[in-house]
Amino acid sequence: MSIKGKAAISGLAEMAPQKGAGNITPLGIIANMAREAIADAGLEKSDIDGLLTGWALSDYSVLWPSVVADYLQIRPTYFNQVELGGASAAGMVWRAAAAIEAGMCNTVLCVVGDRRARARQMPPFPSIEAEFDAPYGLIAANPGYALIAQRHKYEYGTTAEQMAKVAVDQRKSACQNPSALFGNKEIDIDDVLNSRMIVDPLHLLEIVSPCTGGGAFIVTSTERAKDGPHKPVVLLGAGEAGGHSSITHARSLTTSLVKPAAEAAFDMAGVTPQDMDFVQPYDCYTITVIVTLEDAGFCEKGEGGRFVENHDLSYAGDFPCNTHGGQLSFGQPGLAGGMSHVIEGVRQLMGRGEGRQVKDASIGYVNGNGGIMAEQCSLVLGV
Amino acid sequence: MGDYKKPLPHPNEISQPFWDAAKRHELQIQHCNACGIHIFYPREACSECLAADLIWIPVSGKGKLYSYTIAQAPTHPAFTDDVPYVIAIVELEEGPHITTNLVGCQPDQVTIGMPVVASFEDVSAEMTLVKFRPE
Repeated sequence: MSIKGKAAISGLAEMAPQKGAGNITPLGIIANMAREAIADAGLEKSDIDGLLTGWALSDYSVLWPSVVADYLQIRPTYFNQVELGGASAAGMVWRAAAAIEAGMCNTVLCVVGDRRARARQMPPFPSIEAEFDAPYGLIAANPGYALIAQRHKYEYGTTAEQMAKVAVDQRKSACQNPSALFGNKEIDIDDVLNSRMIVDPLHLLEIVSPCTGGGAFIVTSTERAKDGPHKPVVLLGAGEAGGHSSITHARSLTTSLVKPAAEAAFDMAGVTPQDMDFVQPYDCYTITVIVTLEDAGFCEKGEGGRFVENHDLSYAGDFPCNTHGGQLSFGQPGLAGGMSHVIEGVRQLMGRGEGRQVKDASIGYVNGNGGIMAEQCSLVLGV
Repeated sequence: MGDYKKPLPHPNEISQPFWDAAKRHELQIQHCNACGIHIFYPREACSECLAADLIWIPVSGKGKLYSYTIAQAPTHPAFTDDVPYVIAIVELEEGPHITTNLVGCQPDQVTIGMPVVASFEDVSAEMTLVKFRPE
């Protein structure tokens, strides 16, 4: 049994990221996203019998899927929380498809929302990292990705300019995205390298900015999706991989779990990286994109720096990459779980890319990445 | 030392021997009697073969710098006065990787692969952290 081709995304909603906390709770964002995504798919609330949600940093609790179901007053026959950090949204797509194919439900609402606000109750960090990483300042994501970047520079000669190019090219696309948090002004490599050094070798403009936001999409059977108002965006392949928590104990700093995840996704779809019309790889940092492109097979290992240097990654370029601007320019709402990458991939394939539409896009690669390269979920989507 | 504000380890029954050794300025890690590998961080069962047959052994404290970052902004407010400081992963001679700080070295002198040796820092009456310095 394979889920290849069995399910499709038929509707979406996305909140424009906001810099401040905003006058809205995570559940309020989720309700707005649910209403808009259900309408976008041409459905009624009563059509929703599956629910997948992430969790919100700013409203953390146990039993969150039921909290969401209660708030929305929906009655799912399949529901769960997908807790794969920034890979959560991508992980929802294949889980929804599998549940539909298994007959557990027909139509799944996948939704996340989070607010940039002081958390009422923060989820605790893993106890092992609190004990063996935090006392040395290895806390949260910034230093972890800096350790990866430093080792990548050492092993492969990746340069600061090459890493900066990722942020520069993605900004070009952000300037065509009215929802992007940083979409007003293009930047150049000097702007990135002259921005404040935070954790050497990562500069401020190579690091995502937290914000308030959220998004949702609807997954249903490919057959049912054909009744909707949009071109169904079919899940052609999916792959997932994990195996470490603290980056110190990853098997490699520079060859990531993207490799098995992407291989599985391309194998299921029966296509190669070279067949992709665009890519939407999770970009919490510039180095993340370089490592992901290498491990997903868009270039040889170690060539990622030169690859981004030699290609135009903007929506109009020869290698459209993160056409919404990436999280670096679009914004990264709390634990929105990489939702924006999935939504942008769907939008491009539905032909709703507006000013940043990739011409004739019919197949694309999406990658979700959680923790410090700890959770990977790759998708191949097509129309 | 009473006003140490940075995050401190909270050892449990399993990890306590590691911190007890550090207090004596010794580096100890676990060794699996079943499959023979060395293990870090402390566990109840071997990370390779899952056998619950682990013993604590002293190790050389020597290793190589596997990767590092120079924090030019604090990674936690309590580290503000330390900026710039070096967060590092050291590959111990015996194999396992360990998170640490590189001390006794100007940040611009740090290079991946440089030989390093454990350097113990008594940060409170109860707690000693395992840092590393150039060998």
